[in-house]
Amino acid sequence: MTPASEDELAEVIGGAQGPFAVRGGGTRGVSCDGIALSTVGLSGITLYEPGALTLVVRAGTPLAEVERLLAAEGQRLAFEPCDMRRLLGTCGASTIGGVVATNASGPRRIQVGACRDHLLGVRFVDGMGQVVKNGGRVMKNVTGYDLVKLMAGAHGTLGVLTEVSLKVLPRPEAVATLVLDEPDAARAATAMAAALGSPFDVTGAAWVAGRVLIRLEGFAASVDDRAARLGAALGADRAEVDWDAVRDAHVFADRPGDVWRVSVRPSALAATVGALQAGGAVEVAADWGGGLIWVLCAADRDLRRDLAQGHATRVRGAALPDVPRFQPEAAQIAAISAGLRQRFDPRGILNQGVMG
Amino acid sequence: MQMPIPDARVLALKADLAARLRSVMPADAVIADPSETRAYECDGLSAYRCPPLLAVLPSTTQEVSDVLRICHAMGVPVVPRGSGTSLAGGAMPTADCVILGVARLNAVLEVDYADRIIRVQSGRTNLSVTGAVEAEGFFYAPDPSSQLACAIAGNIAMNSGGAHCLKYGVTTNNLLGVTMVLMDGTVIEVGGAHLDAPGLDLLGVICGSEGQLGVVTEATLRILRKPEGARPVMIGFDDNAVAGACVSDIIRAGVLPVAIEFMDRPCIRACEAFAKAGYPDCEALLIIEVEGSEAEITHQLSLIAAIAARHDPVEVREARDADQAARIWLGRKSAFGAMGQINDYMCLDGTIPVTELPHVLDRIRQMSAEYGLDVANVFHAGDGNMHPLILYNANTPGELEKCEALGAAILTLCVEVGGCLTGEHGVGIEKRDLMHVQFNTADLAAQMAVKDVFDPGWLLNPAKVFPLDVSEERRRGGGQPAPAGPRTSGEPTGALRDTSDQKKGLAAA
Ligand SMILES: Cc1cc2nc3c(=O)[nH]c(=O)nc-3n(C[C@H](O)[C@H](O)[C@H](O)COP(=O)(O)OP(=O)(O)OC[C@H]3O[C@@H](n4cnc5c(N)ncnc54)[C@H](O)[C@@H]3O)c2cc1C
Repeated sequence: MTPASEDELAEVIGGAQGPFAVRGGGTRGVSCDGIALSTVGLSGITLYEPGALTLVVRAGTPLAEVERLLAAEGQRLAFEPCDMRRLLGTCGASTIGGVVATNASGPRRIQVGACRDHLLGVRFVDGMGQVVKNGGRVMKNVTGYDLVKLMAGAHGTLGVLTEVSLKVLPRPEAVATLVLDEPDAARAATAMAAALGSPFDVTGAAWVAGRVLIRLEGFAASVDDRAARLGAALGADRAEVDWDAVRDAHVFADRPGDVWRVSVRPSALAATVGALQAGGAVEVAADWGGGLIWVLCAADRDLRRDLAQGHATRVRGAALPDVPRFQPEAAQIAAISAGLRQRFDPRGILNQGVMG
Repeated sequence: MQMPIPDARVLALKADLAARLRSVMPADAVIADPSETRAYECDGLSAYRCPPLLAVLPSTTQEVSDVLRICHAMGVPVVPRGSGTSLAGGAMPTADCVILGVARLNAVLEVDYADRIIRVQSGRTNLSVTGAVEAEGFFYAPDPSSQLACAIAGNIAMNSGGAHCLKYGVTTNNLLGVTMVLMDGTVIEVGGAHLDAPGLDLLGVICGSEGQLGVVTEATLRILRKPEGARPVMIGFDDNAVAGACVSDIIRAGVLPVAIEFMDRPCIRACEAFAKAGYPDCEALLIIEVEGSEAEITHQLSLIAAIAARHDPVEVREARDADQAARIWLGRKSAFGAMGQINDYMCLDGTIPVTELPHVLDRIRQMSAEYGLDVANVFHAGDGNMHPLILYNANTPGELEKCEALGAAILTLCVEVGGCLTGEHGVGIEKRDLMHVQFNTADLAAQMAVKDVFDPGWLLNPAKVFPLDVSEERRRGGGQPAPAGPRTSGEPTGALRDTSDQKKGLAAA
């Protein structure tokens, strides 16, 4: 089903028994039982005000269209939504609603935040077919509870997004990357921490294929100045680096095995990698200064057994009976999450099990 | 301001409740004497006062849990309190409530510079969080003007902002985790030193929930390395609307200063008298701060000066040294206090799209004339968060009411141009009855559903945020009605900026 308006979507959900499998561009390769319910009929830019740094757009609008529009005005989505198609071997075209529903965020997470930090407002249809709005289109808004953040990353389990409002930012004049050869995880983490603890406004700190990558952005003269001084401090040189490939974990794209995203405190990078390796062969790459670890491992492995802290999500790999994609939550947290789902979707008809 | 009638059953429990609370915490942590509970009768919205039944000052998460368990079992409402600086009445008691103050929970629990985090107990003041890390060159970014006094607990509950949020974001963008006690005494951990949530983003909805979902006792906060330098420039204009247009042009040009603050003549004069900052005497003043290396600062300031020049400024003046920079900020951050020395005022907090600044400033001037009350403006212009201060005389009968009516009209205007009722102070009791202007029934029901999950009995700060008629059934029933059935009514739809339903709501309010 492909409703052409928010009203029609509300009618479909309110009137049907479901269940529904909500779908944007289908690039995540995740599905569940139910009638396919596509958002691509809800497409188009509602409002773009470059002078207020705000964009309001319907959920089914292709991400590429949004990015083109912003680029024409010298602006961008600063949270760098990722493109998982190559890693997952999927096709289709990401929608902005899918980006928000998965809280997709790239390397700039450490500086400007995640998608949720740029999301100013949402409209959605809940599991009862009711249209709800929250937030708005201004930068600062504490009017009532922040359901905007709750909807970001809810993977369509609390409601189907129909329209989102986002903060956009100017595209910088220049970008530079500092590169340091460093095969050792502990020393790589130290180097990234040093860069992030410097006053040089680092906008990316990753460790891929034995190299530490540090990104600086801004006015050209300032980038040159900061790159020279930080480069000297770290003993790193400037080089061209494809940050989209870092963002989208291309290192594991054409390799067999499961891929996991592990989230830990950055200083735990080396210990975490060590523990994972002790449990079986893995290959790793890190982003967010070491706080996000991409792991490639054997297809049947429960990575969480070897994880001492943080949490892990399986992003690629066949379903295993006792190993859910998402990290199981502590009992009290799970009860709250279940309570919220029960309230927003009492009949349990929206993307049932997608976050399991 | 209407508040629910105190529950006689609860009032009668006072002695018994005090005794039970004293059994789980030191005697001096339970305050029952009316001459002492009076200290908690209001917060920063001091026009409204009501002493609580009791006040408690726990020192540990365990004590908070014990207090809540007891109050839960006895059906007693609890109002959490940080430092009591809320300007929305968020921490204002009801006569039948226990005030739970977290001021004694003020320790630093952990600092980790490699991970750039600090974990503190929630009663610690905002400025003293930075105080704990600044020797190492770090700081905690959100900087409400009240930062010397306000607590992290209140900052989290209100999702507070500050002058430098334009670059660094508000509390929610700098909060990584909390320890929170639910009304039934359950202690939960949400988030931590890592950056993202494993499941639903509960932290996102806890931040800004105004003490209605749980009592936060500990928080993990992001700390940042201080920039190499920072410098404010003052740009004076002889017209408010022109200053507003200049702000919009700066943002459009791709320069992103850390702060763009706005003051009009009445505020400029009051703040100058207070801080001797050397503010130019003009109609409208922008304080714009940029930071980075010396080269970066010079470059950005030259771009800003070029844009300002197109708007005919009466004066452009950079801070000449660190002392003057500090005075410029002292004056701005003392604006409310400085105005308060001259006049009674009511502080509004609506946000508007930056592009609407000239129009809204113009309308406020007209409305001020219509109502016959002066309005002074001081606000965070870079993100459109306005703080019109309506000046009135509290001793003149009827003037407070007139002031409230003008306030409601200005906030309604903010919503109509695509903005919101409150950008950083919160709803509390102050904007509670205006929520209809921004939200329709379904919008409010979705928010209340969250409280139903965290606090099914509606005992935590129950008379705030939601219009009393809307929350009445829940507050009274001490329970949650079953989820509503399928959609029946045709609620209006449209863009996020659509205000058709809001106007309808206003007529009903
Ligand atoms: C002069 C002045 C200037 C100000 N400037 C700014 C500004 O620039 N930016 C800004 O955003 N605000 C500003 N404020 C408003 C106020 O300081 C903030 O809202 C602040 O965060 C309140 O903190 P507090 O500790 O005083 O909280 P309180 O006033 O004690 O409480 C505020 C709310 O938090 C809840 N709460 C308190 N403790 C807890 C807890 N442990 N768990 C759960 N909920 C809790 C309360 O129930 C209440 O709803 C200003 C206020 C004043 C008086």
